[in-house]
Amino acid sequence: MIVHVPDGFLDAPTSLAAGAVAVAGVAVSLRGARRELDDRTAPLAGLTAAFVFAAQMLNFPVAAGTSGHLLGGALAAILVGPYAGVLCVSVVLLLQALLFADGGLSALGTNVIVMALVTVPVGYLLFRGLLRILPKTRPAASAAAFAAAAVSVPASALSFTLLYAVGGTTDVPIGTVAAAMVGVHLLIGVGEGLITAFAVSSVLAVRPDLVYGARELIKPVVLRTAPPAAETATEGRA
Amino acid sequence: MTTKRFFAAALLVTLVLAGIVSYYASSHPDGLERVAEDKGINAAEKDHALKDSPLGDYGVKGVENSRLSGGLSGVIGVAAVLVVGGGLFWVLRRRDPSADGSASQGEARGAAGERGAATPSRDA
Repeated sequence: MIVHVPDGFLDAPTSLAAGAVAVAGVAVSLRGARRELDDRTAPLAGLTAAFVFAAQMLNFPVAAGTSGHLLGGALAAILVGPYAGVLCVSVVLLLQALLFADGGLSALGTNVIVMALVTVPVGYLLFRGLLRILPKTRPAASAAAFAAAAVSVPASALSFTLLYAVGGTTDVPIGTVAAAMVGVHLLIGVGEGLITAFAVSSVLAVRPDLVYGARELIKPVVLRTAPPAAETATEGRA
Repeated sequence: MTTKRFFAAALLVTLVLAGIVSYYASSHPDGLERVAEDKGINAAEKDHALKDSPLGDYGVKGVENSRLSGGLSGVIGVAAVLVVGGGLFWVLRRRDPSADGSASQGEARGAAGERGAATPSRDA
């Protein structure tokens, strides 16, 4: 099934330090998320967290005898904003650890760092950067979502490796861990990219105004929906 | 698509994924597990403190049918995330939409209101 970092991979001091970093990151996100959430986007953020939970259950095969699952940081950031995105993934990780015994309790900080505090900024900044360069179209936004999500996964694997270099409990050469982690997660990143691009383009197709990270794409769609809205208004007056 | 309809569709997709599709997920070790086994970084792994919890390992204790057990745990998880996450986001949200001053959001809100004229209450 899903499997996040369990207890015992990292030593106690490193886990404690990771916990402190995670608490700080979540605290900053609690403040920042106020700007991203309103009456309309707050329920969307709740749904996004639920979708990330559900999609994480869907391990897909990546290579001989190995599977991968969505991390969801890039997706959540694009849909509801980076601060709310961190909170979405963190809520999922907290409930997975408490209800489903997935992800060690002492490793919760580690999991929040590698799956929320790394994937969200990497995914969001890359998505925004690509939107700036690419044409302002929905296919371009989907491609940007794919690339942002795909890169966020090996970045997450690398961040775990760095934590392991600091406080790993076994004596394995760190270069070996890095190569193996990044290697397999490059493949998982392709799956992450496909799921993210599919989800983002689905929302863009029906309600582009609900995609926080692609606000500049709203304009043409508002123009397209303007005539029926105007008709309704005229009918209402008549 | 009205906001209400969109949320309903998204919730339905999420429940189907967690409750039904999850049964067909790959049972192979995931990337981290694979590396841990291959490279031996899991030598000091400890059992989860809550491994015997009622929903441990994405099943419902006492439900023998694996399809039902896994699907039910997925649906319970979705509900729990919605309650905890949704509740948190609802508490955090900006209360005064006019304070934002974003024209595009105002327009979208206005358009949605006109389209959803049949329902007097705000979609949410």
